[in-house]
Amino acid sequence: MSVHKQVARTKIQNNSLNSSARSPAPNLPIGRASSKISDWLIRVVAVTDTRPPTSARGQQHESHGDLRSLSSSLFIIILHFLYEIMAVHGPVVKIHPVVLASIVDSYERRNEGASRVIGTLLGTTDKHSVEVTNCFSVPHNESEDEVAVDMEFAKNMYELHKKVSPSEVIIGWYATGYDITEHSVLIHEYYSREAPNPIHLTVDTALQSNKMNIRAYVSSQMGVPGKTVGVMFTPLTVKYIYYDTERIGVDLLHRTRASPSRTNGLTTDLAQVASAAGRVQEMLSTVLSYIEDVLSGKVMADNSVGRFLMDLVNKVPKITAEDFESMLNSNINDLLMVTYLANLTQAQIALNEKLVVL
Amino acid sequence: MGSLKESAVSGSNPLDSPVKQIQIDGLVVLKIIKHYQEEGQGSEVVQGVLLGLVVEDRLEITNCFPFPQHTEDDVDFDEVQYQMEMMRSLRHVNIDHLHVGWYQSTYYGSFVSRALLDSQFSYQHAIEESVVLIYDPIKTAQGSLCLKAYRLTPKLMEICKEKDFSPEALKKACIGYEHMLEEVPIVIKNSHLINVLLLDLQEKSTVADKHELLNLSSSNHLEKSLQLLMDRVDGMSQEIVKYNTYCRNLTKQQQQKQQYLQRRQQENTQRQSRGEPPLPEEDINKMFKPPQAPPRMDTLLIAGQVNNYCQNIKAFTSQNLGKLFMAEALQGHSS
Repeated sequence: MSVHKQVARTKIQNNSLNSSARSPAPNLPIGRASSKISDWLIRVVAVTDTRPPTSARGQQHESHGDLRSLSSSLFIIILHFLYEIMAVHGPVVKIHPVVLASIVDSYERRNEGASRVIGTLLGTTDKHSVEVTNCFSVPHNESEDEVAVDMEFAKNMYELHKKVSPSEVIIGWYATGYDITEHSVLIHEYYSREAPNPIHLTVDTALQSNKMNIRAYVSSQMGVPGKTVGVMFTPLTVKYIYYDTERIGVDLLHRTRASPSRTNGLTTDLAQVASAAGRVQEMLSTVLSYIEDVLSGKVMADNSVGRFLMDLVNKVPKITAEDFESMLNSNINDLLMVTYLANLTQAQIALNEKLVVL
Repeated sequence: MGSLKESAVSGSNPLDSPVKQIQIDGLVVLKIIKHYQEEGQGSEVVQGVLLGLVVEDRLEITNCFPFPQHTEDDVDFDEVQYQMEMMRSLRHVNIDHLHVGWYQSTYYGSFVSRALLDSQFSYQHAIEESVVLIYDPIKTAQGSLCLKAYRLTPKLMEICKEKDFSPEALKKACIGYEHMLEEVPIVIKNSHLINVLLLDLQEKSTVADKHELLNLSSSNHLEKSLQLLMDRVDGMSQEIVKYNTYCRNLTKQQQQKQQYLQRRQQENTQRQSRGEPPLPEEDINKMFKPPQAPPRMDTLLIAGQVNNYCQNIKAFTSQNLGKLFMAEALQGHSS
């Protein structure tokens, strides 16, 4: 076991594509990596080791010999895990929901026979994060051996979009579908001419794993330096960010899930307050049921939850009855007065209307 | 409920209008929100075009694209060309490229203006079923999406066609400020795939619900709304004063005409009795030129705007009253 770990560590140190892997200081990722790698190595070795199992020490010696012959394939595996660690260090991709809705919509409107849709992503970049705020689809043709993308169109659309929001730049491209194909590499190359270090986003609209997997990748060089160089797509963390108003809009859209005709009307004002109150009531009842469970001993009490509960109870401000009465009454009076004035104004203009017509 | 309101407000038979319901895709809602959020800070309006098609009596809006802001340094920016380019490009990716209306953001509900009227008239003249979507970002930020669709009533369309805004014409058409714009009920529709996406987002996103709807502070919003209302009411009173002076001038002139005629008659009889030739009849109309009738369109618009403000304020106050009563219940004091 220790031999494996040592070999793994030297390989990592020798093929440092990430400077953080070179230095011994960040031991944590290496520690995690080494345990993962050792697990994987053991599995690989066990699979490829066809000789009958001898004593433990004998096995280790044999594996040592095996290890040498397996070095080239292990190379790839180690790099794969290395990139998984690197995923945490790459830029974070923040997506707005409007982009995803756009992608899904363009997938639904794709041409007959096209299995996937591609398009450009627009947004802004930061030192550690990339924010995707807009996108548009680009017509393309894909067959077994070739892929054709309408570059003119893409450039044109980008110009038009720039007129509306001059701060958005091309930051990458998207494709629907689960896998990354060879064509993706070509398209990615095109986009690397447009933008430095473009992001590739895949949205699995075919729902292969019963979920719409949304992943983001960045390409990086792979291979032995000096010889054939390949391209590898490394995954990035994906986060969803919303503006406040966007979140409110998305909340409304969620309600279309419940209705069978997938439609939903906009509610009137008091009904909105009532529904918000209903939500709060639901949450309160959940909390209450939890408390009752704890009290009756069914669930273990959790101190942090208890602290939150204390916070909650203390949030209701403690005001004396008279002060609260007076505050409430003055507020209610203000609102009623405004309502009265509004009604008066409306009556006035209606009257004026009628007088003119006379 | 929306259709009831529509028939009560417009007074016209709801079967007259070719569009009885609007169906909007979730994507359009998100795009409008994003457009305002990114480009429309401050009290400037953002505008854009709605695309879709008409199905039976429904207007389906399936996509939209924003319009760039008008800036002084873009003198040679061709709006029509931008629109044409956009629509041509969208046709390539199978997006509906039929114009069905336009959208605009509003500041505290002030959108009833001459510009809106003109734009909507030209749209409705060209495309019968077009609508204007008014998105109120401030009200949306307070808790729930505020999106309304309006069309011009047929009566108003006729008046705009004639371009005759004098009081007599308006009196003939019996138009009140309530019959200018009619509201069309909106329904939001999402396809199945988008529903799947929403489910996914709900699971993965960790954005907490902020419950802005239950916010108790109301004075800021009330103050601004009332300020705008006061401005409009002032404008309205000015218009009324103008109209009153016009009426008074008209009656005074009528009196003067009568007096002149009488005097003429008297003089003529006197001259006749004295045997002199009567004075020539002079053209009265040239002497007493009737005063210019003030155009009533502005008054109508202001009245409509004031009405809108009042309705918004009333809705806001009713919501706040509800919230105040809830707060009272929380305190545990019974009234």
